Amino acid sequence: MTTALAVRNLRKSFGGLQVTSSVNLLVEAGERRLIIGPNGAGKTTLFNLITGEIPPDAGSIALFERDITRVPSRRRTHLGIGRTYQIITLFPRETLLRNVTLSLLGLSPRRWNPIVRLDRQASLVRDAHEVLARLGLEALADRPVAETSYGERRRVEIAMALAQKPRVLLLDEPFAGLSLEERRDVLRLVTGIPRDVTIVMIEHDMDVALDFAERITVLHFGEVVVEGTRAEVVAHPRTREIYLGE
Amino acid sequence: MKRFALAAALVVLATVPLWVGSTYYVNIASQILFYAVFALAVNVLAGYAGLVSLGHAGLFGIAAYAAAKIMTSGHGHLAVAAGALAVTLAAAAVFAVLALRGTGLGFVMITVALGQIVWGVAYRWISLTNGDNGITISGRPSPFGLSLASPRGFYWATLAVFLLAVASMAVFVASPFGASVRGTRDQPRRMNALGYHVWMIRFLAFVLSGFWTGVAGLLYLYYNQFVSPQAVTLTASAEALLMVISGGTATLLGPITGAALVVVMKNVASAYIERWNFVLGAIFVAIVVFMPEGLVPGVARLVRRSPLR
Repeated sequence: MTTALAVRNLRKSFGGLQVTSSVNLLVEAGERRLIIGPNGAGKTTLFNLITGEIPPDAGSIALFERDITRVPSRRRTHLGIGRTYQIITLFPRETLLRNVTLSLLGLSPRRWNPIVRLDRQASLVRDAHEVLARLGLEALADRPVAETSYGERRRVEIAMALAQKPRVLLLDEPFAGLSLEERRDVLRLVTGIPRDVTIVMIEHDMDVALDFAERITVLHFGEVVVEGTRAEVVAHPRTREIYLGE
Repeated sequence: MKRFALAAALVVLATVPLWVGSTYYVNIASQILFYAVFALAVNVLAGYAGLVSLGHAGLFGIAAYAAAKIMTSGHGHLAVAAGALAVTLAAAAVFAVLALRGTGLGFVMITVALGQIVWGVAYRWISLTNGDNGITISGRPSPFGLSLASPRGFYWATLAVFLLAVASMAVFVASPFGASVRGTRDQPRRMNALGYHVWMIRFLAFVLSGFWTGVAGLLYLYYNQFVSPQAVTLTASAEALLMVISGGTATLLGPITGAALVVVMKNVASAYIERWNFVLGAIFVAIVVFMPEGLVPGVARLVRRSPLR
């Protein structure tokens, strides 16, 4: 089995605060991995380290056995890492179609072209429509993001990440702020992603997330405290201690 | 309808020297056009890239001074234009590398400092710039046999350059690169995560802005046939920024409208109103209060909401 993502002895401090201490994480290709932990456990920081938004103090990150620890953040996207944000980060003045087109354009050499019209780039526009249709957003393609609901924006977040056909997809709390029905919709969407995409997800909603995950990693104060299958993690006394204070 | 309005605007602009009568007003129209080119250049950064520069008069002045120096050393107009633009592009690249060390207020302050350095050089390096006395040139070019010596000829040449600037801006705004620049304004973090080189996009936007600022500076020199430190003051940078903000940032018509407003107030209203600066200030305050998005988007909003529509 190929290792899609290998994080070894990763450490990060902000001043005197150690937010990630010697984190090790091995995610197999095609795996669905859930990362849980209380607020401040360092989950989003771990994503930021993996995507290169912040540099680690020590340790290494490998994507399909290629060391990417020193690779700039934008290059990691080109190598196949996609992500969504816990706090929705879209282009509110632009339409849904333009948001997804911008995502597609990010990997295309055409992004530097100052002469042609973007809306006449037929292949980009067609692909963007296809992605929106896959996520059930086609009817809203020409609507500005600012005029859409929160649930629709969550789906646009995922659409933008999926548009880039990532090999490893990092989902940062994709169910946050959604109604029960919207959560089911998004879960259906995420479970429908083909197996050639490895998914690592941070989520607080255990009911929804446990159904999705094959393996679970529990982070606490920047350390991996438990890792295993659903049953192993749920039964582990440290998990119960962290979540229930037992 | 849009095409008809565009054609009508072109006809009106092309015939200005034929119906305004007075040479004075033809010159005012020329000033509006080259200041509009300057404002469009500032708009690339302030409007589309979200980077507010208060040092662009420095680049404007570098173009004018470089052209004046090349011309007074005996070179022809082609060498003057090419040399001045090359120097301005190089200066814009240096400005960009330094200013892009920061964003937001940091960027503004670095551009202020760079603009002030240019002003200091223009004012104090007398052997190079002739200090406060400035540099005078004689003669305007005659491209393709069309003499720019007359106000009419100069107006039409400036109009051609202005239309080229507007067309190039329209193409840039609609292009993938234009969308990338706007993306770095709205969500730089997201753009980076999508695979864009945010710094490089901003750098290229700065250089593009510098190019059109250089073109405007060159036209300014040919118009006045003189350049002095007055052209590179902080006030001149602020004025260009006010043109953009008052007309409407991130629009094509906004900076043009803003340039027209400022030039008319400075040249025409000042002939009738002694305290014209006060009036200009009051107009800016009124725009900020009643149309914070600028005149062009503000009027468009009123039209959209009009019950007569």
